[in-house]
Amino acid sequence: MKLELPIYLDNNATTPMDPRVLEAMLPYFVEKFGNAASRNHSFGWVAEDAVDYAREQVAKLINADSKEIIFTSGATEANNLALKGVFEMYASKGNHIITCTTEHKAVLDACKHIEKQGGQVTYLDVQSDGLIDLAQLEAAITDKTILIAIMYGNNEIGVVQPIREISNIARKHGVLFFTDGTQAVGKIPVDVLADGIDLMSFSGHKMYGPKGVGVLYVRRKNPRVKVTSQMDGGGHERGMRSGTLNVPGIVGLGKACEICMHEMESEAQRLSAMRDRLENSLMELEEAYVNGNREHRLPHTTNISFKYVEGEGLMMGFNKNIALSSGSACTSASLEPSYVLKALGLGDDLAHSSLRFGLGRYTTDEQIDFTIEAIKSTVLKLREMSPLWEMHKEGIDLNSIEWAHH
Amino acid sequence: MAYSEKLIDHYSNPKNVGTLDKGKTNVGTGLVGAPECGDVMRLQIEVDEVSGMISDAKFKTFGCGSAIASSSLATEWLKGKSIDEALLIDNMDIVEELNLPPVKIHCSVLAEDAIKAAINDYRVKNGLPEMVSEKKAH
Repeated sequence: MKLELPIYLDNNATTPMDPRVLEAMLPYFVEKFGNAASRNHSFGWVAEDAVDYAREQVAKLINADSKEIIFTSGATEANNLALKGVFEMYASKGNHIITCTTEHKAVLDACKHIEKQGGQVTYLDVQSDGLIDLAQLEAAITDKTILIAIMYGNNEIGVVQPIREISNIARKHGVLFFTDGTQAVGKIPVDVLADGIDLMSFSGHKMYGPKGVGVLYVRRKNPRVKVTSQMDGGGHERGMRSGTLNVPGIVGLGKACEICMHEMESEAQRLSAMRDRLENSLMELEEAYVNGNREHRLPHTTNISFKYVEGEGLMMGFNKNIALSSGSACTSASLEPSYVLKALGLGDDLAHSSLRFGLGRYTTDEQIDFTIEAIKSTVLKLREMSPLWEMHKEGIDLNSIEWAHH
Repeated sequence: MAYSEKLIDHYSNPKNVGTLDKGKTNVGTGLVGAPECGDVMRLQIEVDEVSGMISDAKFKTFGCGSAIASSSLATEWLKGKSIDEALLIDNMDIVEELNLPPVKIHCSVLAEDAIKAAINDYRVKNGLPEMVSEKKAH
């Protein structure tokens, strides 16, 4: 097979849409354009049927009931709705939420907002492998705690939290459990019943579906969970999320879920084999470190720091041909490197030196071969240019140097 | 964020990567930045004792492409200049030459700092008073 460039290895940022998804969506733009809330004519019925069907497809993937699926504009909205919605709905019960420092910004910033509204939020530290400490979690619960919000799989390092243990603790204390499933749903088996999840957010565009559509799963039985809507209007989605339904997006998300349901298992095996090969080859370089737990993690993700080279400088060596992310500050306007990597206890120097690889449905062995070669040669070239590498090789302890801090 | 061709060329084919003997009295070394901040530049000049001109310049940089290109360009500009001429190199000259985007201006400031630090090191080694620089990165 001929290798086509550029290679896309940033599937944790977004995935390309599966052509089968696009095909399912197309009729719902022009021909079947109806409003799913139009109850009195066939245009509306057609749209509603399509939404109902998609709702089933989505529910099936996570072993939920279709009535428990609330469509949103994406995971960010679903995260906001879960956190703020629970905070408002359960205000009489308490005002305390427990989350952790490696959550997505949509969760952390919603928590910050809640704190301004008089809520109390505990941000659990993670251990050096990215996993939370269950004893710490349990110890943080108070009689005011209403919600535990811990993500399923991490977007930067791919670490999968002990979801069932967390939900057991939540159950034991009568606290609701919300998980951000954006990176996990469609990639690994997620079962809201077996996992004991009360609320879960996820998004279409991380699972080969369209952008602009997501889900909040809200449990209806044992316990019956409710969230206060964050947008007022026509009372769509059982009153929890008003706004005309994005019918083509929802149809696409449904199709994406159905495809994942059928292909997830074999796909996970294929991707983890490729990921491991990539990782093992890159670890042949000196001073390369995998960030996060290597056992409990998503099959398609790895995050590696190449000490003494800077992430953005590294990416420039191959970003014409390979699309990746870095935990380096230089990729953003801020000068702070990845807060997730820092939460693992990585020094800023290692955080600046990290690359995140997100493999996906269209990643091939040839692409991985090319990537291994490109990254290895760039790391070696930049180390030859790196004063830190030279010092390291001369046995100079970099911590002994008084750096001119900015 | 597309970088200029000049910048990419300096990154891909950097000029004057290497190390000069810092034990020599006619070699000045400047080491600026910090690993935690994501960029460290080491810039060295060798001064011809007869002519007083910078006969050689080398760098090694840990940092993004703009930092590498800024230091590569700085070494190119330094060669053949007198110390006084070298002191006239302004970070904005680097910004202009490489067409650095606003978020990368600090790379050029760091390169200017590295030039000044190398010159200072040379001055101190040769019994001249240290200069006080008013411009500092960040």
